[in-house]
Amino acid sequence: MTDQTVLKLNGLSKRFGPVVANDDVSLTLGRGEVLALLGENGAGKTTLMNMLFGHYLPDAGTVEVADPGGTLHPLPLGHPQAALAAGVGMVHQHFALAENINALDNITLGSEPLLSLRRDRRAAERKIKDIMARSGLTAPQDVPVGRLSVGERQRVEILKALYRDARILVLDEPTAVLTPQEADTLFANIKTMTAEGLSVIFISHKLREVLAFSDRIAVLRHGRKVGEMATSEADEGTIARLMVGADTPKVAREAATPGAPVLTLQNVSVAGRSKRDTLQGVTLTVHAHEILGIAGISGNGQSGLANLISGLAVPTAGMIRVDETEIARPSAATMVAAGIGRIPEDRHHEGIVGAMSVAENMVIERLGDPDIQSRGLLRRDAIQANAEGLAQAYDVRGPGVGAAARLLSGGNIQKLILARVFERAPRLILANQPTRGLDMGAAAEVGRRLLEARGRGAGVVLISEDLDEILGLADRIMVIRDGALVEAGTMDRAKIGLMMAGEPA
Amino acid sequence: MIRIEPRENTSRAFALGVPVLAALVALLLAAIPLLAAGANPITAYGEMIKGVFGSVFAVSEMLTRATPLIFTGLAAALAFRAKLWNIGAEGQLYLGAMAAVAVGSGWLDISGLLLVPLIVVIGAAAGAAGMVAPTYLKVRFGADEVVTTLLLNFIILIFLQMMLEGPLQDPMSLGWPQSAPILDQGVLPPLMDRMRVHSGLILALVLAGIAQFMLLRSVWGFKLRAVGENAAAARHAGINVKRSLFGVAAISGGLAGLAGVSEVAGLKGYLTADLSPGFGYTGIVVAMLAGLSPVGVVIAALFIASVFVGADSMSRAMGVSSFLADLVVSMSLLCVLVGGFLSKYRILRTAKAEATS
Ligand SMILES: Nc1ncnc2c1ncn2[C@@H]1O[C@H](COP(=O)(O)OP(=O)(O)OP(=O)(O)O)[C@@H](O)[C@H]1O
Ligand SMILES: [Mg+2]
Repeated sequence: MTDQTVLKLNGLSKRFGPVVANDDVSLTLGRGEVLALLGENGAGKTTLMNMLFGHYLPDAGTVEVADPGGTLHPLPLGHPQAALAAGVGMVHQHFALAENINALDNITLGSEPLLSLRRDRRAAERKIKDIMARSGLTAPQDVPVGRLSVGERQRVEILKALYRDARILVLDEPTAVLTPQEADTLFANIKTMTAEGLSVIFISHKLREVLAFSDRIAVLRHGRKVGEMATSEADEGTIARLMVGADTPKVAREAATPGAPVLTLQNVSVAGRSKRDTLQGVTLTVHAHEILGIAGISGNGQSGLANLISGLAVPTAGMIRVDETEIARPSAATMVAAGIGRIPEDRHHEGIVGAMSVAENMVIERLGDPDIQSRGLLRRDAIQANAEGLAQAYDVRGPGVGAAARLLSGGNIQKLILARVFERAPRLILANQPTRGLDMGAAAEVGRRLLEARGRGAGVVLISEDLDEILGLADRIMVIRDGALVEAGTMDRAKIGLMMAGEPA
Repeated sequence: MIRIEPRENTSRAFALGVPVLAALVALLLAAIPLLAAGANPITAYGEMIKGVFGSVFAVSEMLTRATPLIFTGLAAALAFRAKLWNIGAEGQLYLGAMAAVAVGSGWLDISGLLLVPLIVVIGAAAGAAGMVAPTYLKVRFGADEVVTTLLLNFIILIFLQMMLEGPLQDPMSLGWPQSAPILDQGVLPPLMDRMRVHSGLILALVLAGIAQFMLLRSVWGFKLRAVGENAAAARHAGINVKRSLFGVAAISGGLAGLAGVSEVAGLKGYLTADLSPGFGYTGIVVAMLAGLSPVGVVIAALFIASVFVGADSMSRAMGVSSFLADLVVSMSLLCVLVGGFLSKYRILRTAKAEATS
């Protein structure tokens, strides 16, 4: 790392109506430096990076980017093309790849002049090979991107930025969707690249990786920069206090005795379209007052299990029982009616209808309830009041309950879903990656709510790729591998890790 | 330099203003072909306005023309809200019309109090069937409804010609392919003496009001909007997506069928193969102009009907081609599409950057 500055953000501000997303934020980035950008959900991290990248036009402030020679030039704001040309690359919180074409085409798409019909494919391939060799990032080039795993897609996104000669790389929550192993590999690759002079800003809610892999830390709170320090001088406590302005409460976990079974699966199979959503003869029981953790490497059938419990997949064999009642024809509606609360993995795609209001999304699962409708007509005042109450109780922040749900930050969308699920006091909760992308406070809140539900007598199925999360919350752990479930019979991190990898413990 | 940025929030007034502005711009642009045809645009617009609002008769003609467009516009708007692309309103209109003459022109000689509702219900049912079938193909086999509903229009039109030369042909028509007239007691009563505007208009307005109310205020409408905006999330939330699609398909097809009923039983009295000059397709334009809002459909239908009727009488008065009406209608659609873009994105002029990177 040298002292040479490659990027300066000067006093950037942005408002969305009443919401001040960024307020006079200044940052600098050195050549070869890794800067971690931290802050609670809705603190304005994504908005800040979007202004750097030209997606949003700041209300005030300027950006300067160094050319390869090291001289700083003002960046024309609001032009993604200008940002790209200046060497700024961004990988978004939600990927933007074309699913039906392969990685090579995704990477080169948009880089060539539109009119060169016969592209120099060879040269492109060579360049990508070269980047892969230097950075250590690899991804299959000739398969449609839709068939790649999340980790691979993310590497394609990064390769795409590097292919355009990015010298500054912005990663918005890159590890939210990765397994811990994948995340470690990613950071190792980032280190290789920064050694060659790439500068990186990454957003993360995981303090452990921030402390392990960044050089410097900047913290946003309510749109303002509230702190900046060298990572070597930081520790979890200080950062956490800066982020939320207070200590995060530790989640207290009391012992509980499991009660009667609330969910029983007996030899259930689901024929999925791929390994991700296929189940083979799964048997499990979740009891009242019990959190069952499902550990496993991503893509081993977690989606199949989640679809089954959500009522989205119809089993090809086996039996499902909720409490004492057998569910003959599972559907999302019957599962909801049976008292199952579902927190989906993909909250944008399955969790909310982005174009409808926050208030409407809060009642979408209970349109039949008499407090929501009478004789088929919506009770709009009740829906509004319900939403205001829930937004308050679950701390859903954003431009108001009447605004479209897609305008909420990622973390607040999850809070909306939590509010919807927990308010019904479900018998069983399916929580699929419930803290992915949540800040520490919000993640602790999820844990607290899950434990509270368990204390109340609910059963919880917690699917997570974060073993620490499972170890911290679960009463019992099962390991999923190749669509089959086995009892872990232990709480030992190393042993479970081996089982996940398919080696005898 | 010019740049485009998504608007974070579109104000209500803006959303309403855009289509109106678009319509005005389209009318202004129409001055160009008028000038090219050697007509004075000011006089031409004057003639147009006279042709629409100049007399009770003119207004009645305009309302008569708007009536089927409200039905087909509603048919398109509701289906499109659920992302069910019903391009088949033209065919469904003829299904409704055929059903109306089948029961209404002598097969059942009953009192008007029974016959009129019967014609309306059967006509709507026939139109509904014409949309439910392609929806079944979509849900069951994944057949694209754009293709199936569009092609069905041609099939229905040929079937209609067959019927008009066969079972539905009026024995008194001396071989003309036309149906027997609707019985006197089966006719939708006119609204004014010696005017063509008929009670189909009232039905259309009432249905538009109901559609607006149901879309925004009912559980049914909530589900419909959710299915249209994000079917995966709707399914996850326990909404029966297929049922919603079949429901809106039946209503959309039924509304298109009513356009046919109202044209035969309210206006023409008998059925020929040229009953509709493309009301089904124009309904799509109406729906788009209306931003898929049922109340908007009424306004857009009145506008388009005014343009058609006004251009007709202007061309008669001034001797220019009445194709001008089509021109204004297509231009206003284009203007609205551009306007719709402007209401979602803002175009900013930024100072040219000082430094080139
Ligand atoms: N286009 C928009 N219109 C209105 N409000 C917006 C828009 N984009 C963001 N916001 C609001 O601005 C605030 C900051 O959002 P931002 O996405 O930058 O948060 P974030 O720090 O990235 O959070 P997270 O960790 O949850 O991703 C939030 O309150 C959000 O609701
Ligand atoms: Mg964000």
